[in-house]
Parts: sequence; C-alpha cells; structure tokens
Amino acid sequence: MVNAHTFYAIAVMALITALLRFLPFLIFKGKASTPPIVEKLGRLLPSAVIAMLVVYCLKDVHFSTTAGYLPALMASLLTGALHVWKRNTLLSVISGTVCYMLLVQFVF
Amino acid sequence: MTTTTRQAFVATIPVMTGYLALGFGFGIMLKASGFPVWLAPVMSITMYAGAMQYVAVGLLSSGASLLTVGLTTFLVNARHLFYGISMLDKFKGTGKRTPYLIFALTDETYSLLCQETPHIPLTERKHYYFCICFFNHCYWITGCTLGAVTGSLVSFNSQGIDFVLTALFITIFIEQWRSAGKHYPAIMGAAVTAASLVLCGRENFMIPAMVAILLLLCIHKEEVSHG
Repeated sequence: MVNAHTFYAIAVMALITALLRFLPFLIFKGKASTPPIVEKLGRLLPSAVIAMLVVYCLKDVHFSTTAGYLPALMASLLTGALHVWKRNTLLSVISGTVCYMLLVQFVF
Repeated sequence: MTTTTRQAFVATIPVMTGYLALGFGFGIMLKASGFPVWLAPVMSITMYAGAMQYVAVGLLSSGASLLTVGLTTFLVNARHLFYGISMLDKFKGTGKRTPYLIFALTDETYSLLCQETPHIPLTERKHYYFCICFFNHCYWITGCTLGAVTGSLVSFNSQGIDFVLTALFITIFIEQWRSAGKHYPAIMGAAVTAASLVLCGRENFMIPAMVAILLLLCIHKEEVSHG
C-alpha cells in the first residue's frame, strides 16, 4: 500500500498546507491593507469549498438501486438535523457515521 | 507547570476532546484502508490538518496524481490563507516561536487564538500562544496514532466509516450557512460541483469544479447591502 508515490503525495500535501499558512505572513508583512480580491475570496471561498466537499464526499451515490443512495441520504439527513438541533459537532458526526455504518452493514 | 502553561492547558480542553475523537476516527480509517500504523503519526506531525488528512486517505488509496493531490490540498485548506491575515498582529514579537505558531494554525487553534486574553500578562503571551499550539498538536498526534493502533489490534467491520468525513463537512456546511450573510457561494459551490460530476464523471470532476468555482467567485459582483 505504501510506495514512493505515497511519500511524494504526503510531502506535497504537507508543503501546500504549510505554504497556505505561511503565505499571508510572507506577503502582508508590514502592509496596512489586503487587496480587495483577496479579501473577497477570503469571505466567499470557504462556503463554496465546503459545499464542493460535501458533493465530493457523496460522489459514489447512485440512483440505480435503493442501496445506492438511501443509506447516504438517511445518514446525511440525521447528521444535518442533529446539527441544526443540538449544534454539537462531535454528536452530529458520530451519530451520522454510526447510522451510516449500521445501514450499509446490516440493512442494505 | 507555570500559571501561563496551566491557563493555556485549560483553554485547550474543548479542543482536546474534539481532536482525540476526530484523530481517532482518522487513524481507524487510515488502518481500514490498508495503510501501516506509523503513517498516522507521520501524517499528523507533518500535515497537521484535520479534514485534509481524511481527504488524503482517499487520495492516497486511489493513487491520485500529484497535480490532483496538490490542487485538492490547495482548495481544502485555502481558508488557512485568511487565518494568517488576522493573526499578523498577534504573532508580532513572538520571536523564534513564530514559525511554529504559523505552522500549527489549524481551524481549532485559530478559534482559540482569536479569543481575547486580558488575563495573560503581555510578556507571557508568546508562551501562552505556543502552549496552545503545541498542546493541540499533541492531542491530534495522540488521537490519530491511538486510532491507527486500535484499528490494527481490534478487528471489526469498518465498512462505512468513511462517512465520518461526509458528516464532518455537513456540520461545517451548516455552521457556515448560519454565519454567512449571502448563500450564493454555498449554493453555487454545490451546484457547480454536482454539474461537473455529471458532465466529467467521478474520476475527473474535481479540477474543473475547482477552477469554475474560483472563476465564478472572482467575477461575482456583490450587491451593496443597505443597513
């Protein structure tokens, strides 16, 4: 499972993560204001990216059988509903995951 | 333990619970995907990124190209660019600790560092910030490693455990929906990605989706809000 590609990929991910954290300090050192486009992306990008990641996670859902979409749909609704109600990330994540695991292992 | 160290420890207790649990989930998932235990501490020390490490398990096991890996990392963690901007002032005068403070600036650490600390004397602040970053990093490494070790000792049916990432993103999505004034980015992000998935197929849809989202946000004209 682990080969050269694994290490290159981890190095790329570690470097880009660190770069993203260091970049503002390198660019805006001693500057008073940030460019408007950076400021706008800073406000708008996070919501768009998280929405994209939700879709990314659900990419293997298919509608040819009920097993292809019902477990993911039910577990997503449970996670969302619990989170709107209790607003406790740990509770929502664990309940949704356990629900999904039970559904795919025992029901479908 | 000095007073400042203790105060920093108390401040990180909520993050400790979260990191141990989420790290544990990552370790289990990593092991369930067939990776060795030692990869958990390696990844949590060098990458130290919650959601991205979950995404990484999928990227590593599918053997995604380095370009896809790089672009995905960029977009998943792009929000960190903006954490730095608000920490520019706080990290001034932290001396040789500064690089580590920046390296360890995760979502949770950022949220703790944003809190005002009038009870910490100015001269103690740099030590306080360092302790917060370091403690959180330790919780994360511990959680990830414990998860991977548990995954290798206890054999159980982990089918479906990858849903933990979906659930995590759904909760973050709801949090952002609540705090956002305008919902255009969230709706556009979901719609563009879904359209790209249908058009390009599930092997190739991420890069077109990322490019389209960036372009659409750049050309998006915001209405001037009144009141």
